[in-house]
Amino acid sequence: MEFAELIKTSRVESVVLAGAGLPPARGTLCITSHHLLLSSRPGGAGAAATVELWLLIRNVDAVEKRLCGSSGTITLRCKDLRVLQLEIPGMEECLNVASSIEALSSVDSLMMMYPFFYRPQGLRLEDGWHLFPLERFFQCIAAQTNQWRLSAVNKDFSTCPTYPPALIVPAAVDDGALRKAARFRHGGRFPVLSYYHRKNGTVMLRSGQPLTGPNRKRCPEDELLLAAALAQAARGFVVDTRSLQAAKQARMGGGGTEPKSAYPRWKRLHRPLERGRPLQESFVRLVDACNDASLSMDRWLSRLESSRWLSHVKAALSTACLAAQCLEREEACVLVHGAEGTDTTLLVTALAQLILDPSCRTLAGFQGLLEREWIQAGHPFHVRCARSAYSHARLKQEAPLFLLFLDCVWQLGRQFPRSLEFGERLLLALFDSAYASSYGTFLGNNEKER
Amino acid sequence: MEHIRTTKVEQVKLLDRFSTSNKSLTGTLYLTATHLLFIDSSQRETWILHHHIAAVEKLPLTTSGCPLVIQCKNFRIVHFVVPRERDCHDIYNSLLQLSRTAQYDELYAFSYNPKQNASEQVKGWQLIDLAEEYKRMGVPNANWQLTDANREYKICETYPKELYVPRTASKPIIVGSSKFRSKGRFPVLSYYHKDKEAAICRCSQPLSGFSARCLEDEHMLQAISKANPSNRFMYVMDTRPKLNAMANRAAGKGYENEDNYSNIRFQFVGIENIHVMRSSLQKLLEVSGTKGLSVNDFLSGLESSGWLRHIKAVLDAAVFLVKAIAIESASVLVHCSDGWDRTSQVCSLGALLLDSYYRTIKGFMVLIEKDWIAFGHKFSDRCCQLDGDPKEISPVFTQFLECVWNLMEQFPQAFEYNEAFLLQIHEHVHSCQFGNFLGNCQKEREELKFKEKTYSLWPFLLDEQKKYQNPLYNPDFSPELSLLEPNTVSFNFKFWRSMYHQFDRSLHPRQSVLDLIMNMILLKEPLLPAPPAPVLLKSPPCFKKEPPLVPGSDSLRTIEGSSSADNRYSEFMEELGKAEPALVSLEYGVARMTC
Repeated sequence: MEFAELIKTSRVESVVLAGAGLPPARGTLCITSHHLLLSSRPGGAGAAATVELWLLIRNVDAVEKRLCGSSGTITLRCKDLRVLQLEIPGMEECLNVASSIEALSSVDSLMMMYPFFYRPQGLRLEDGWHLFPLERFFQCIAAQTNQWRLSAVNKDFSTCPTYPPALIVPAAVDDGALRKAARFRHGGRFPVLSYYHRKNGTVMLRSGQPLTGPNRKRCPEDELLLAAALAQAARGFVVDTRSLQAAKQARMGGGGTEPKSAYPRWKRLHRPLERGRPLQESFVRLVDACNDASLSMDRWLSRLESSRWLSHVKAALSTACLAAQCLEREEACVLVHGAEGTDTTLLVTALAQLILDPSCRTLAGFQGLLEREWIQAGHPFHVRCARSAYSHARLKQEAPLFLLFLDCVWQLGRQFPRSLEFGERLLLALFDSAYASSYGTFLGNNEKER
Repeated sequence: MEHIRTTKVEQVKLLDRFSTSNKSLTGTLYLTATHLLFIDSSQRETWILHHHIAAVEKLPLTTSGCPLVIQCKNFRIVHFVVPRERDCHDIYNSLLQLSRTAQYDELYAFSYNPKQNASEQVKGWQLIDLAEEYKRMGVPNANWQLTDANREYKICETYPKELYVPRTASKPIIVGSSKFRSKGRFPVLSYYHKDKEAAICRCSQPLSGFSARCLEDEHMLQAISKANPSNRFMYVMDTRPKLNAMANRAAGKGYENEDNYSNIRFQFVGIENIHVMRSSLQKLLEVSGTKGLSVNDFLSGLESSGWLRHIKAVLDAAVFLVKAIAIESASVLVHCSDGWDRTSQVCSLGALLLDSYYRTIKGFMVLIEKDWIAFGHKFSDRCCQLDGDPKEISPVFTQFLECVWNLMEQFPQAFEYNEAFLLQIHEHVHSCQFGNFLGNCQKEREELKFKEKTYSLWPFLLDEQKKYQNPLYNPDFSPELSLLEPNTVSFNFKFWRSMYHQFDRSLHPRQSVLDLIMNMILLKEPLLPAPPAPVLLKSPPCFKKEPPLVPGSDSLRTIEGSSSADNRYSEFMEELGKAEPALVSLEYGVARMTC
């Protein structure tokens, strides 16, 4: 496929750009394979200064066109929630531009995406990729205890396709047992260490759901793994991010949850967190409500309420709190999982670490946390962030879990303004780049693909 | 004193109304002539002024004792458990008596002695001089003059003596117009905009009924519009909803008929009446006082209370007024029914948006003196200072403060004062400790000789103004920002946690940037880098630990010196002096979740 095939019109003169909070600007519109460019010349009628718009086409979430007479208006709704309007003279140009943008913005192939073409000045390709290796994280733990080891069981991604090559596991469990335990867990995501709480030596683990199925299968290796993780700690809590009923229903599909009899020292807690489609719909409703400035106070509050977004934020924070409490106050270990262990699980483990560990609240620490708990842990960014709130496309696997995480971090920052080294802008930049970016950090679904 | 049967009860428990663990502080309860005082085992004091008590309630007996719930006008709610029922009954009865005052001279202001001599007292009352303020605005001038028509309060009892009217409005016009206005409150100047030569005027509704007219009143309005050389058109804003205004016509009152008055544009802005506001606040407090509220219940409760809708309506009206003056240079006449509730809100907020002087500490005092106290907002009735008609109580002034707070949130650099200033004023509007807000109008205040027998609040606030200064204030950060243009889109209005939960400490964030800056200014400390970040931990209710208690720093204080101003300050300092706790328990009360 060539980009050139998708671009029907590459250049249109005297296009008027308008957006919220911007004065309208007239200029030349160019469409390249990855960008939409609009530059207005100074000295033109009404144009005060040169406006230059560089919009990643990947950022476009929805294109709406409206024709009237010989000109047309294209409304671009972006994934970063910007709304831009282009007024294009000439009906044919307008249609061409619209269809070009539509085609370019829905290119689904990873290899064709802009990060593969983007070369920032002064940076070599290899630089910057290994700033936060898991090995260094492990060294910190190894300095405290010898209960854990770095395992290369997933070196060729054969044990678990969504895990990174290096994983931290109990020292008492060998790689063979890990492979067997992996077969007992959804997606091969056997329990691995996510966080070591230095203060009392307790740990937080995460995994996929156990595949007990309707016959309540057991797996001695998995039981051994969890028992080894407990070590001297008297007991542990399994924080299941589904409701008890949903967890029971999952048995029919081959999943399930840890039975008390098989894991006597673990106590299960169910804290249902929404994900997938309901979460995406909640996001869409929230954005709709926010964009309607004409809403009366009552309508605004009722729409905010019916979006349920803040309920999701509260639920996520409460669950992370609970996990953090278990570690800090109960001095117990925690295993967090939902169904696949790639969405709400990561939300909870990442937030709990932010709550527990001051080093995660520094800029570098937060980046490390994102790298560890979201990117390497296999949150499927590519499918979850393919479309944002405006898209009319049929939703497949989109869900704004990462945005929910950022919102939770923002809420923490509001309550503890002196505890986070970074500000709101970092969170906004992360949101933008998770959905469309010049950088490859959030590309792909897991380490294997990358 | 004859109401006090028990002065001291030991082993009383104080419950935290939002704690789910039912933990409590145990201490001793003292009943004095003016305050209820609770001292807990770590010597921390809670002072409650009798005048602040809005309601006392005795709940059914439990195994641990007899619960007593006290609701205060400053939104403090305390829940005591008294071990013996007889003691509880005695306290309950005493408080019922003490919180209801029948006469002004029984109020705290008449016994409060701040150790000032007589000349200081007089000087305190002279601190705010309204004649000076009108001079600052630029009146009297070629078009506006001082009238002595109301010198003996003959024309209007609820207006002040000094009133400014257009030069062309002769005395017969004034008298005639006042007869055509409810309670004689004829159109007078409230604020004069020097640059635009436009004026904000205020009055009450006309007694127009279905068809009555009054030539003098028509002349009066014409005189106002003629006093503005830049725009002959004037707006008449009726701040009521149209339906209410029409209903008033049946009672011989009503609103101006555009056909009878030349050059007016008539506009309804739809702010609800005092009864709607009272029940709205009631609903709001019920919602915010619920334990373990879910986000959705909070939002739907907030919506059904309608409170934020009313706040927005008031601010929208002020924005409308300001646009008429700033953009069209047109004078505006504002009224509601009697012209002392909604009219005061809209006129004072309008002036606050137009004139940066009112955004200074002194200027805000002047604004309250002028548009609220002098023009006869019925503080005594609205705040229930004397035992009276409960239907007269309404949070009109609280709404004004909340509107100002919303503006402060939108323009953090534009105000010299901070939130604590608003809260302190709110405290004293209800405390009856100072003479400023006592009574319903100037005439009453003069007859009862408040200026001789009580003290003015303002000098005390000025003395401690360091506490009320907004550290971000920058009077010249933008000279064109003399006019504030707030954005009144719905989502800019937030629940005012610091007001409605000001005493529920567990609901506040444990770190506040503003407190930090204030502390640095108070202690003159250089900006230090943040301390090594403490381990913070969010606690689900089941495991919550109480924050460490800090002993009261001034437990030796005598009752005479126990002005609530002092009390609040000591609490404030305690808050600041508190060492960064190693374990920060974090509440996730929904009220704090901000969108």
